[in-house]
Amino acid sequence: MSARSLTLTSARRRRTDVVARWVLAVATVLALVPLVLVVYYVVNKGASAWNTQFFTKDPTGNSTGFGDEGGLKSAILGTIEIVAIASAIAIPIGIAVALWLTEYHRGGWLGNVVRYFIDVMTGVPAIVFGIFVYLLLVIGQPPASAYAGWKGAIALALLMLPIVARSAEVVLLLVPESLREAALALGAPRWKVIMRIVLPAALPGLLTGSLLAIARAAGETAPLLFTIAVTSGTTFDPGQRMNSLPTQIFNNLNSSSDPGLISRAWGGALVLLAMIFVLNIFARLVSRRSPAIR
Amino acid sequence: MNGIPRRSDQGEEALPETAAAERQQNSPWTPSSATPIAATRSRAGDSREAPSQGRAVVLADLNAYYGKAHAIKGVGLDYAANQVTAMIGPSGCGKSTLVRCINRMHEEIPGAYTTGSIMLDDQDIYGENVDVVAVRRAVGMVFQKPNPFPTMSIFDNVAAGLRLTGGRRGGKRENIKDRVERSLRGAGLWEEVKDRLSEPGIGLSGGQQQRLCIARTIAVEPEVILMDEPCSALDPIATLKVEELIDELKTRYTIVIVTHNMQQAARVADTTAFMLAGELVEVGPTERIFTKPSDSRTEDYVSGKFG
Ligand SMILES: Nc1ncnc2c1ncn2[C@@H]1O[C@H](COP(=O)(O)OP(=O)(O)O)[C@@H](O)[C@H]1O
Ligand SMILES: [Mg+2]
Repeated sequence: MSARSLTLTSARRRRTDVVARWVLAVATVLALVPLVLVVYYVVNKGASAWNTQFFTKDPTGNSTGFGDEGGLKSAILGTIEIVAIASAIAIPIGIAVALWLTEYHRGGWLGNVVRYFIDVMTGVPAIVFGIFVYLLLVIGQPPASAYAGWKGAIALALLMLPIVARSAEVVLLLVPESLREAALALGAPRWKVIMRIVLPAALPGLLTGSLLAIARAAGETAPLLFTIAVTSGTTFDPGQRMNSLPTQIFNNLNSSSDPGLISRAWGGALVLLAMIFVLNIFARLVSRRSPAIR
Repeated sequence: MNGIPRRSDQGEEALPETAAAERQQNSPWTPSSATPIAATRSRAGDSREAPSQGRAVVLADLNAYYGKAHAIKGVGLDYAANQVTAMIGPSGCGKSTLVRCINRMHEEIPGAYTTGSIMLDDQDIYGENVDVVAVRRAVGMVFQKPNPFPTMSIFDNVAAGLRLTGGRRGGKRENIKDRVERSLRGAGLWEEVKDRLSEPGIGLSGGQQQRLCIARTIAVEPEVILMDEPCSALDPIATLKVEELIDELKTRYTIVIVTHNMQQAARVADTTAFMLAGELVEVGPTERIFTKPSDSRTEDYVSGKFG
């Protein structure tokens, strides 16, 4: 009797389990479909635009059949440089803020205020940072309409800062308190504990968070449109107008419906995708090699 | 002095080198006076010789607070030099808090402070002009859970104390190598790890990790070693090894060991102190505390009636 009811229950449970598993599988597939489609389209359409001149020549803006079609050299180099400058600003400051929160003001009200502020900043749309820098640094400063690469970098840095700070804080909190105590008990001053114990232990996680912020910033268009303007030539001088992949893609799609320009926009999108892919692989490799936090 | 709260002051440690150096000159607590560096160098290499002597520690009217919570209530206690003193008592009675006052780790917790005095021989570790770094070098600490630095090799773990605190004192490579070997021998770990000094410290077994932490502590040549339940995360065999080690270490160090294991106290300690709710109930020779305690609360505890 009891044996029979046991079998019944377990049969029903098994059915429920199978159903639940299928529901989750379907949901996962539904979520993956658009993602796969995007990657498929970008690779499919972008790859055909890639050729030698795509990487070695600056954009000309010419439609198909109207002279030299050019490439995206200035946009690729511009994106790398602007993102590099933005990272050089945002990553050290972001990590410093996180250290301040975890090592010096854990649980204090001031720390909570700062943390709340960072959370709000994370949610601010990217275009707001663009407008902010535009108002403050581009038109707010003589000579008027002084667009420049470094101003774009600042806008991106503002965007990256909360991402870096928040992810760094999470990682730093994972560093066991017992390690800090061990170092303090040996007589190490706080700053040395941070430099020699806390940061090395958190390094892989800090890198991962920073790389995610970089990936996010690399693809942003809005903060750059208002700050670096649009230009075609290659320059390494951040005081000049600079080109970038997102603005170039935007420009190509904006200016005409010429298939050649659109194809090169796809090509640019594929470059961005490839960059972000490489960064992510790198982040993964780094965090896998971590002995530190488990 | 008594009654004046001392709050943790992180700014103090962030002082520029020069100010710190100046302060050390004024203070009797310079590392060089506590543990003569010249003597260390001449001894380099021979591991068995007893380099330092333990020092007596005397607590007087010690109070410790976590914000408003009064965790240690007016404790007075003498730790004799080169003796092992066990701190026993039910969980939460303040054993950890008490020992953390002895190397000034208590004040690292936000809002925590102490009053009263702790004399190390004739110097108050809470006195003015005392360098907290020098205090912690003189009073080492081993924690409940083995906590080797995960990013460091076995060698670097032992050398960490020298590198983290010493500017010039960290000194020559040769000197560090000798010290690491001597410390690992001192912690009874040398034979087990001598061929893999460059492997990560967290690759060792729990018992080995704890002895590695002991090696790390004695590498800075303290005079007092605090151990907060050092065996509670270890298996019985590893526990036995650490207990044997404690017995050896007391020839060179004054040892305070917190334990919730009364058999352990009976095995390793010369003196045992019983605490209850932040107060010291009774202290005396271990033998007497376990056989004929003078306080009925001690008797109840050691006979297993509570705790
Ligand atoms: N970080 C802390 N903040 C606030 N109170 C604490 C903290 N650590 C310990 N306490 C309190 O202090 C008292 C003594 O704790 P502790 O010294 O850890 O006891 P034991 O080591 O004997 O178990 C307990 O009441 C505990 O709740
Ligand atoms: Mg405890």
